[in-house]
Amino acid sequence: MKRRSAVAGVSLLLGGCDGTPLGYLDPAGPAARAIAGLGWGLIAISAAVCLIVLGLLSYAIGRERPPDSGALGGGSDRKAIRWIAVGTGISTVFLLGAAIWTLWAVRSVTNATTPPGLIIDVTGHQWWWEAHYRSNDPSREFTTANDLVIPVGVPVQVNLHSSDVIHSFWVPRLAGKTDTIPGVTNRTRIQAEREGIYRGQCTEFCGLEHAHMAFFVVAKNPGDFNTWWDHQLQSTTVDAANRGEQVFLDKCAACHAIRGTPAGGILGPNLSHFGSRTTIGAGALPNNSENLAYWIDHTQTVKPGSNMPSLDLPADQVAAVTAFLEGLK
Amino acid sequence: MAMPLAEDLRARERIKLQEIWETAPGIYGWFATVDHKRIGVRYLCTAFFFLLLGGCEALMMRLQLAQPNLRLLSPDAYNQLFSMHGITMIFLYALPMLSGFSNFLWPLLLGSRDMAFPRLNALSYWIYLCAGIFLYVSFPLGQAPNGGWFNYVPMTAKPYDPGLNIDVFTLGIIFLGISTVVGSANFIVTVLRCRAPGMSINRLPILVWGTLTASTANLFAVPAVSLACFMLWLDRNFGTNFFAVSGGGQPLLWQHLFWVFGHPWVYALVLPAMGIVSDALPVFCRRPLVGYTLVAISTVSTMLVGFGVWVHHMFATGLPALSLSFFSAASFVIAIPSAIGVFCWIATIWTGRPRFDSPFLFFAGFVLLFVIGGVSGFMTASVALDWQLTDTYFIVAHIHYVLLGMNVFPVVGGIHFWFPKFTGRMLDERLGKWTFWVMFVGFNLAFFPMHILGLIGMPRRVYTYPGGLGFGGYNLVISIGAFIFATGVLLLLVNVARSLRSGAAAGPNPWDAPTLEWSVPSPPPPYNFVSIPIIASRHPLWEDRLNETDERSILGSDVLLDEGKETLAVTALDAEPDAIMTMPGDSLLPVILALGMSVVFGGMLVVNWWAVSVGAVGVAITLLAWFTPRVSGGAERQAING
Amino acid sequence: MADVAATATNLPLEGKGLRSASWWGMLCLIATEAFLFVYLIFSYAYLGAQSPGRWPPTGPPSMLLAGPDTIVLLASSFVLLWGVRAFDRRRAGGVLRIALAITFFMGVVFVAVQGLEWRNKPFGFDASSYSAIYFTMTGIHMVHVAVGLVILAALFVWSLLGRLGSRHQHLMLGALYWHFVDAVWIVVFTTIYLVPRLS
Repeated sequence: MKRRSAVAGVSLLLGGCDGTPLGYLDPAGPAARAIAGLGWGLIAISAAVCLIVLGLLSYAIGRERPPDSGALGGGSDRKAIRWIAVGTGISTVFLLGAAIWTLWAVRSVTNATTPPGLIIDVTGHQWWWEAHYRSNDPSREFTTANDLVIPVGVPVQVNLHSSDVIHSFWVPRLAGKTDTIPGVTNRTRIQAEREGIYRGQCTEFCGLEHAHMAFFVVAKNPGDFNTWWDHQLQSTTVDAANRGEQVFLDKCAACHAIRGTPAGGILGPNLSHFGSRTTIGAGALPNNSENLAYWIDHTQTVKPGSNMPSLDLPADQVAAVTAFLEGLK
Repeated sequence: MAMPLAEDLRARERIKLQEIWETAPGIYGWFATVDHKRIGVRYLCTAFFFLLLGGCEALMMRLQLAQPNLRLLSPDAYNQLFSMHGITMIFLYALPMLSGFSNFLWPLLLGSRDMAFPRLNALSYWIYLCAGIFLYVSFPLGQAPNGGWFNYVPMTAKPYDPGLNIDVFTLGIIFLGISTVVGSANFIVTVLRCRAPGMSINRLPILVWGTLTASTANLFAVPAVSLACFMLWLDRNFGTNFFAVSGGGQPLLWQHLFWVFGHPWVYALVLPAMGIVSDALPVFCRRPLVGYTLVAISTVSTMLVGFGVWVHHMFATGLPALSLSFFSAASFVIAIPSAIGVFCWIATIWTGRPRFDSPFLFFAGFVLLFVIGGVSGFMTASVALDWQLTDTYFIVAHIHYVLLGMNVFPVVGGIHFWFPKFTGRMLDERLGKWTFWVMFVGFNLAFFPMHILGLIGMPRRVYTYPGGLGFGGYNLVISIGAFIFATGVLLLLVNVARSLRSGAAAGPNPWDAPTLEWSVPSPPPPYNFVSIPIIASRHPLWEDRLNETDERSILGSDVLLDEGKETLAVTALDAEPDAIMTMPGDSLLPVILALGMSVVFGGMLVVNWWAVSVGAVGVAITLLAWFTPRVSGGAERQAING
Repeated sequence: MADVAATATNLPLEGKGLRSASWWGMLCLIATEAFLFVYLIFSYAYLGAQSPGRWPPTGPPSMLLAGPDTIVLLASSFVLLWGVRAFDRRRAGGVLRIALAITFFMGVVFVAVQGLEWRNKPFGFDASSYSAIYFTMTGIHMVHVAVGLVILAALFVWSLLGRLGSRHQHLMLGALYWHFVDAVWIVVFTTIYLVPRLS
């Protein structure tokens, strides 16, 4: 991964981008890039101000003075006030500059002229994310959860909804935050410059499991993206012989849906093609069979307070349903 | 011409005034006192107790967050802890602590014998205490407020938070708001009315400017949060639709009302503390403050602009870019008065001759922390950048540099500075310096890395975080820093406890400070001043040495006002003598009124109209008793005056 | 400043009049209460502006009751003014008590008619955001009127007992509060009854 060299030094201090998937000063999209530039600029100004004040303060405290006669200082402040005016003047210039830079950044983020290449409706739930892919052809629309797959280089408009409380949609390396507010539809725009998995996070305190409300933006090249979309549209076939599927329909279908099966629950995430997702429980665990089996039986241990109960299924049923879900690639 | 009074006469006067002004002894006096100094000390002690409580909550959270994926606390416990931590520090510690200083110091600074409304003063304390207990009483039951101090709806609406938690919050905040408003009105009227002759507004200490500005703002801002809380209480208990989307309500209405209050409130928490520095730092620089007028104007203008920036807490809510830009620009403007303040403090040190006593360390340290908290505020003022910064640990860093750097450091410095005046004894200087360095190092270790955590994307208000995001190392440092900081607070407690018993006697003016409070014995007698001082400058005790003009203040004037519990009322701007105020004596009415209100709010909490009615009738009767015109009172005085 | 001492002993006692401590105190109370109503009106306007449907949902409220009721409340202020003037100028305690009684009665009428207005509303408290803000705003105002009534009653009793001496400012402050409550009603009335008719 190529990184801007100017950034590299400080990035090291900030942990480096590989170790900090939420670090927005290492942007991967145009909106985040405009803000990151502003961020570095304001950090530089701020650091300079702190150092200058530290210098002034240290000098003011430690500077050499004529021997103490015990007298009080005082007299006219005029000279000091002239310097204060100079300092305030310089500060004001920098404030003005920062304000103009800010307005420019706001403009470049909000005044997108190119029409979006893709529209996704994202709904925040306690404590997971629902994504509905829009299409001109209604038969190509579908719903998924917690992973947003987008094509590289294409501006994606995200319409933000909430089904319950206020959440905030944030993919730091692609764009700033936008709240999802009940009764309001906010819009934001994300665009990835290169392929990769970008971690996203709810950042508005939304109750017990606010800490475990992550999601992932998976940027694929447009060809792979189209393949992925086509694949998403494929339904699971009902197979009475599949024990895992039967367990799922019996125990999970009240809350979860899988396209092509009778499972149509809407309280929890849609689990169609679950096997291809990055994580379980909105970022609570990496997605693999072992974790999924643990999750199904220990939901309230992994994510206490979440709306999914710990199911306490017999081991064979857990194994079967795990195999079934992980098979839904 | 006002003449100095002979010493033997003064001795006789002291005995006479002591009899008039002394609070009754025993339990009765303890509940009935209206002495601003005793009330001030109560405010200080209670607020400090809440600081310790909030601090313990913070330490528990820091244990939980020290490493990724720790499970010491359940999410429910963590949410209650961080909510109570915020509520405690912001509502129950920060402002009441400053009220404590102002309550104790104002009449002494202003040359008065008490506040304008001594009983109201007692009332505001008792309500504060009752509201604090009210907010805490559900904590042991696991029903403490759990929606954060900002308490956003609809997460705090009944469907998502069905317990008593949020009702405790809404009613507790309304209850506490009464105390704030009552106290604020008292400060405002005191400065308008109860000053020494000659204490014109261009001679007011900056602490007075700070508290006056904060109080005025509170008067205008508190109703917003009280109303919002009342609406939420109605929504939760009577099914109204202020915030419920299904009935046409608007969740964002809460945020507007809350931040219209919340932002000015934050300034109310720092302006008086900045006043403490502006008044006390010059003492250790052996010169008057540079740019008194500039600092006073900055204080007031910070608050004025502060009423127009609330939306900068709502940059991510999807408001139109134009209005965001306006509020962003206004938020930048607010940095200008702050910059002026910083330059004035530095210039005071520069042109002065610093004496490195422990209070000086806290005030000088404050200047640096103020700047760090200021520039991080400058970064968040930038709306575009704030889309990234908001709700990350960067904001946690910012708010703590503001609230600890700009409130706790001046406050602890102020405790070191005025402790001799409060108690008559000096704090241990060596321990004081240790306290500073431990607190300073601990503070920066605990809060500076939070900036970096924010920049690498750690969201705030999470009870845990996964590994692999680069958060673990910084969090460990932060937790260690938090415990070091706590050690510093412990050192302060040890110092206070030791010095109370065996500290060196202070005498009236141990720091050779210039203002009026240092002209009276430590601790001051109940009547403050044997005779009302007459003021000719900003630094009455330094006049002879500064020799700025020929005029001199008269500290031992023959204006005695010893015919009753009396003090002088002056005109608002120029402080010309205007009238003689007779002050009320000990009274149980304030504590009874506060208890009556507690019954009302307790009744509202459990929606029991009987309790509410009983409480309301009690409140009404107490108020009538309070305001019933006294028949006698000033009659004798008028007879004397003919 | 020179003659402070000489003048100090001859100063009047803090008592009646503008710019006394109690007067400033009442002003502070009024300021904070006024801001409470500012925020109520802000909430009303915000909910109205954000409301997708009609605002108010049932059309502009009828002024059949509220119109005359407003006149009653405003007139009560003038009655009180008359009584206080008479007392201030001629120590006319009888006139004052008559004025207090009439004002009190008019206040009671206001509350009663408001109660009727409430009962006639086709919607309940929990019907919509409009009903919430309507009942809350008028309700909070009514609580202020009720407090004003208690003050008027107290002033009446104190006047009977001869407690309202020349030095006492209870009457001035009580009257100030009542005028404030009336003035606020004009704003509330304008917001709720008049503004919807303009649009």
